[in-house]
Amino acid sequence: MNIVVLAKLVPDLVEELEINDSGTGLDMTWLRLIINELDDHAIEQAILLKEKSPAHVTIMAPDIEGVDDILFTAAAKGADRMIKILGDFEEGMTNHALSRVYANILPDLNPDLILTGVQAHEDLDGSVGPLLAAFLKMPYIGYVAGVSIENGNILATKEYPGGLNAEMSATLPVVLGIQAAETPPRYVAVSKVRQAMKSSEIEEIEASELDASGSTLVERMYTPKVGEGATILEGDLEEVADNLIEIFKEMGVL
Amino acid sequence: MTATATQAPELSFSDTFYTSLFDVADGERIRTCLQCGNCSGVCPFGYLMGFPPGRMIAHLRAGRFENVLESDSVWMCVSCYACTTACPKEIPLTPGLLTRTKEEMLLAGNVPTELQDALMNSQRYGNPMGESPRKRSLWTKGLDFEVPIFKEANRHVNVLWFVSDYPSYHPRVQLTTQAMAKILHILGVDFAILGPEENSDGDSQRLAGERGLFEMLAEKNGKAFSKYDFDTIITSDPHAYNAFKNEYPTLGISYPVQHFTEYVAERIDELIPHLEENGVRRVTYHDPCYLGRANGVYDAPRTLLKAIPGVELVEMPHSRSTSLCCGGGGGGMWLDGFQWEKAHVRLSEWRIQEAVNVNADILAVACPYEPPRFEDAAKMVQGAGRLVVKDIAELLADSIGDMD
Amino acid sequence: MSTDVFVVIEHLRGKVNDISYVMLAAAREISDATGGEVLAVLLGSDVENLGSDLAANRIIYMDSPELSDFTSEGYQQAIAAIIQERNPRLVLFGHTSIGMDVASLLSVNLEIPLVSSCLTISSADGTLKYTSQLYGGKIMAEGSLSEPSTLITMVPGGYNPEDGQSSTAAEIIAVDPPQFEGLRISVKEYIEPEAGDVDISTESLLISVGRGIQSEDNIEIAEELAEAMGGVVSASRPVVDQGWLPTSRLVGKSGYQVKPKVYLALGISGAPEHTESITGSETIIAINTDPAAPIFNIAKYGVVEDIFDLVPVLTEKIEEM
Repeated sequence: MNIVVLAKLVPDLVEELEINDSGTGLDMTWLRLIINELDDHAIEQAILLKEKSPAHVTIMAPDIEGVDDILFTAAAKGADRMIKILGDFEEGMTNHALSRVYANILPDLNPDLILTGVQAHEDLDGSVGPLLAAFLKMPYIGYVAGVSIENGNILATKEYPGGLNAEMSATLPVVLGIQAAETPPRYVAVSKVRQAMKSSEIEEIEASELDASGSTLVERMYTPKVGEGATILEGDLEEVADNLIEIFKEMGVL
Repeated sequence: MTATATQAPELSFSDTFYTSLFDVADGERIRTCLQCGNCSGVCPFGYLMGFPPGRMIAHLRAGRFENVLESDSVWMCVSCYACTTACPKEIPLTPGLLTRTKEEMLLAGNVPTELQDALMNSQRYGNPMGESPRKRSLWTKGLDFEVPIFKEANRHVNVLWFVSDYPSYHPRVQLTTQAMAKILHILGVDFAILGPEENSDGDSQRLAGERGLFEMLAEKNGKAFSKYDFDTIITSDPHAYNAFKNEYPTLGISYPVQHFTEYVAERIDELIPHLEENGVRRVTYHDPCYLGRANGVYDAPRTLLKAIPGVELVEMPHSRSTSLCCGGGGGGMWLDGFQWEKAHVRLSEWRIQEAVNVNADILAVACPYEPPRFEDAAKMVQGAGRLVVKDIAELLADSIGDMD
Repeated sequence: MSTDVFVVIEHLRGKVNDISYVMLAAAREISDATGGEVLAVLLGSDVENLGSDLAANRIIYMDSPELSDFTSEGYQQAIAAIIQERNPRLVLFGHTSIGMDVASLLSVNLEIPLVSSCLTISSADGTLKYTSQLYGGKIMAEGSLSEPSTLITMVPGGYNPEDGQSSTAAEIIAVDPPQFEGLRISVKEYIEPEAGDVDISTESLLISVGRGIQSEDNIEIAEELAEAMGGVVSASRPVVDQGWLPTSRLVGKSGYQVKPKVYLALGISGAPEHTESITGSETIIAINTDPAAPIFNIAKYGVVEDIFDLVPVLTEKIEEM
């Protein structure tokens, strides 16, 4: 079974996000990039499937700063093939543009199953999974929290609000938007990643020209006003606790 | 009768692992284990481990080490060096057996989640808390004098003060750091800090089984050190001290290093004139595992405490080489939930109980893990309500009269 | 080109989800500016009755066995047919497990632009604009909604769902389903959440824990406070993912919408997937060591403090009362 996982790097929220001078995007100076958490889950889910039955796992990601590390980490976890997509991505790209790039490359890889995180923090124009599925004319199931294979079909657990889940079945090939792998992403020792760096190679594929139609231009980006929000209670622990008790009494819960 | 081996027998995992232990300094001594049980007996969590150190060796010799790796027993180890110190054959149990076992557990992916996060954060951000490296020297903002940062200082500096993770970021420990800065300032020490260029020393991560991560962090720190011109390193963190003194040199990174208490003890005569009495108090001192047992520094901290006017220094029954671990080492800081579920007791509470038993007003510490750990424990121990936990730096700074 | 605003109604197991009413409220407001009507799009099998309280001018109702369960394909083909026939100005979807699955498919297949994570829609100088939430609520993005049509997925929090409800049923226009083709997804079964000991969606006091609780055994401090106050412990996603609390306690997109009198958020940063489910709370109080945590934007009261320091003190005081 041929599994392809699509991963991307997104701004890490550990650093304060700042707006650039033109006010239309993020200031890249101190921006730290990190793998999209749900893509990490997608990688984990792919490895879990490979551990249960024979599969070949390919990880693909666009070439921006930090991509080598995420690809080698995936290799250290058990991925078989790593592909880096070369293109003009530094300015950021929309999901429509990225999905078109993937749609041009994926048919040659003959995937049975395409996994990617169901969304990312930066998504403004839908998400990569379903956009790609539409381009490839494959069925799509999103918000998946568990995958298994049965008789050439996938079984995916789709999450709905209220804790309700649906067991969905679909015939391969299929694109799945992962919400959570069955178990949280495993830890891989630094020494194993370093070993992967020595023993495996990242392939490179040139992206076609970026076509962002379907996405919208951001005219203004800003941070929401803080302080319009909460009244901050000050004082030492005792004072604050007393204050909270007063509020609880006022609200009638104490 | 000669034995002829036409084919080397296939090595079992236990065999391979056993031989790998010989690579650790004095590692071959493991062959001479008497199975006396001292190690398992003195281990603070030995009673809970499915495989305390002695039993680990027995299983190793029986070719059954897989059993040890399948259990999560080794994650109860806090790398406190008690076993290593107690072993009559001087087997390097902590740096050898226990650490190597954790390494194997990690390679197999058998890691409690809490620890996973701390390791991931150390990799990404250079500190186990997952804080931005840009904020590493924000603690300096609370001071009324400037703390030089190497990148900006651009000159020869006498002392590189390696601040370390918890002293940089943890709100409680930042108070200790500020106290230490005041002391260096009043002594007129020519020092600077690396600030955002500083990465975790990596020692606790090493002891938690992440050798690769330790080397990566050491590499980064080594690069930062080599950029600047300084004579010696001081740090308040016994774990960093241990790393720089004993581990970094094996990677080719070698600088003179002292623990803060050693450095100030050498200059105690310059400090004494500034110290005023701040009330008469009974103070007891907790020997940190990595300053005391692991590196033999017992007297310098006591010299400092005795120099403070009004301090009556009392010893707890377990002191110096028998000191009771606070539970933070070897990854213990990041295994709290895991260890609590097995033990339902925190090692730090035993220590607090001893401090209460000697009627101490103040428990003096000299390791950044300790103020938060002991303060938390004091909340849980009966009679510890009025016990105050303070780092030696804080006690010194508190008794400094009006700053000139 | 029409000026109508379509709202794709989300329903599951015989119940219309809250987000549908939020979208209807948004649609009503913006249709004043477009000069068009609000049309609810209701798809399913034998679900006509679900249209009874939708605040729309009219309801486009498509009944078909292929739509008896939600699948991205079925909904995609059905909605594509409706859009192609009627060319609405805007089509609103929920930013949910239903809406997000379909909206992107339609954007590609019909070549209509898509804006997601939208909080509010507004009009300025004759141009329709979106305001969307990104990066866990830390950043807002604004832009114009292109003509002739744009698809939008909406998050809750910008409109009052009550404004999307009506006491009178709107006129139903029954439309024929298209010829469904190549459907490859089917629902095998639904799995209801474990019958929990409590239904957090009806509790009036929730003590909720997030990543800041750090480990399973620390949840004890929240349990103790809850016990002292007669409340119930709930949690955000990271806590439930770790298995430290069951799904019945999950507050969030995949869990429950809650409307307590007091929602006490302990160590919760306030990412939209969580906060969108607590906007119904009367009073939100947040305790977090990070003064920049987005939760402080929507909380009424905040304390910048370590929950491990404050909560035990609070519990003790309440117990002594």
